[in-house]
Amino acid sequence: MTVIPRAATPTDRERTTRAVWLAGLGLLLLILPKLIYPVLALDILAWGLFAVAFDLLFGFSGLLSFGHAAFWGSSAYVTASLLSHGQSVPVALLGGTLSALALAVPVAFLSVRSSGIYFSMITLAFAQMISFLALQWTDLTGGENGLQGFDRPSVLGLDFSNSTTRYYVCLLLFAVGFAVAWRTVRSPFGRAQQAVRDNEPRAQSIGYDPQRFKFTAFLISATLAGLAGSMYTFGHGVVSLEVVNWRTSGEVVMMTLLGGTTTLVGPVIGAGLVLLLRDQLTTANLPVGIVTGIVFVLVVLFFRRGVVGTVQHWTRRK
Amino acid sequence: MNTQLFLIQVFNGLVNGAFYAMLSLGLAVIFGMLRIVNFAHGALYMLGAFTAFALGQAFGLGFWPALIIAPILVGLLGAVLERTLLSRLYGLEPSYNLLLTFGLTLLTQDLVKQVMLSRFAVSSAPYSPPAALSGVVNLGFVVFPKYRLFVIALSLVVCMLTWFVIEKTRVGSIIRASTENPGVTRAFGIDVGKWVTGVFAVGVGLAGLAGVLAAPIYSVEPYMGAELIITTFAVVVIGGLGSILGSVITGFAVGVLAAVGAAFYPPIANTLVFILMFVVLLVRPSGLFGLPEGAR
Repeated sequence: MTVIPRAATPTDRERTTRAVWLAGLGLLLLILPKLIYPVLALDILAWGLFAVAFDLLFGFSGLLSFGHAAFWGSSAYVTASLLSHGQSVPVALLGGTLSALALAVPVAFLSVRSSGIYFSMITLAFAQMISFLALQWTDLTGGENGLQGFDRPSVLGLDFSNSTTRYYVCLLLFAVGFAVAWRTVRSPFGRAQQAVRDNEPRAQSIGYDPQRFKFTAFLISATLAGLAGSMYTFGHGVVSLEVVNWRTSGEVVMMTLLGGTTTLVGPVIGAGLVLLLRDQLTTANLPVGIVTGIVFVLVVLFFRRGVVGTVQHWTRRK
Repeated sequence: MNTQLFLIQVFNGLVNGAFYAMLSLGLAVIFGMLRIVNFAHGALYMLGAFTAFALGQAFGLGFWPALIIAPILVGLLGAVLERTLLSRLYGLEPSYNLLLTFGLTLLTQDLVKQVMLSRFAVSSAPYSPPAALSGVVNLGFVVFPKYRLFVIALSLVVCMLTWFVIEKTRVGSIIRASTENPGVTRAFGIDVGKWVTGVFAVGVGLAGLAGVLAAPIYSVEPYMGAELIITTFAVVVIGGLGSILGSVITGFAVGVLAAVGAAFYPPIANTLVFILMFVVLLVRPSGLFGLPEGAR
């Protein structure tokens, strides 16, 4: 039997800081549709959860997946396809999320045996394969045209044609996904996962099977990415090939780094910042790739702690 | 499938394989010395093609001078990037350099797109092969474009030359020594840092050369390198990082297998490389020529 470590008890001060961050994020997300238009706010929720999911693997397992678009995208497509075949919203969301989990099983099985840069290349290659499949499998994906114009029939009297209603439904789903991530990293499983990340031989020598922890972390991460992808479809009402593109896999990395990896709140903030920037750029008609490329390079070179990480660093030093 | 069609597919596969081989060779050389995977390899390949196109537009330079000048320019740019940006991250996880080069890819692609649109008013441009290489060769049983045969031949020569330099010359022994043990190599009075820059420049120059060669076949377009580099990553995973000769052999072999497979069942043309990767990962996780995990 594996002995599972007890979660370390946080100090009072850490508890307070955490509570402040969480309360701040929660409050911000509650009033977000009042500050920016609801569809952009919906995007921030979906991408924010996507980035949190990605960071479960990147930050807490030390595995840089460069192919998370595969899970986000396949879930987005399956959700859209279920909706356009007349399924109800809850069924479509669940179906999309589960499809991401199903896809993650073989990918995780083959990729967690490698680590470091190798892992990144393998996940990237698998995601590219999904992207080619999405292009060819026009029955499911609509190919170049994508899927749009599907119904989102109302449930429990909620009118999903109203984007503010959709936002608060997604906020609920986001809260569930975020809570799962939060619990995971603070659970005994999460402690062991981080032990494997920090020192694999040592973790193994005290009886943990590193592969198993990486595999499980991958599945949780991919499933949450799937939930985020189905939220994206539900929020947007349109799915295009962009959801499975390699740029999408890169974008979620950027959001996570910019916001602050291993902070959970950070990736959401990073997602918000990137999407607001992109929104500004499109309205100002500036080339998006050039600006995001420069931001990406600068973040990697000089700002690897990210927004939340930097703030935490400064407050801790006092 | 009749023999003729089969042979045509083998030739087409060799052409694709030539590009896989040159790109994965560059990736392998760079990885060996710097321990990083250069995502920008695809963007620099595109830059090679674009430079050839721009040289032709601006100075009227044809294919042959471009074939020399463009890879050198791309190599020089690589040296600058290595010195100013990549070298800042050597102490960290190699993943950060993958991310850095990813950012550079986004930047380069859209910069080239802007330049092509504003300066030349096109979003993609054809590039004609030199007169001497246009037309076809009749090999008796099959007819094949001269230019493509040239691409196969030249890439074979370049790959073999690179292999020869690294395995058989004094320059190569310095590179191999720096790869294996930078500390001891430095103790022998060799400035490893300079060699790192040089190796990166050459590896990237190979990508530039591949780009010039690709221009007449695929035409010049800002995103031409993106998907190719990801497919090349799959080729690298199949072959295993680390072996120079292995990356060349794998490049050509995967190119041919994918083309022949696609002739049997066209819908899998794009995905066959990834299916091959899947199979190789199942039976030999470290790749065909790679060292097992831990020895890397």
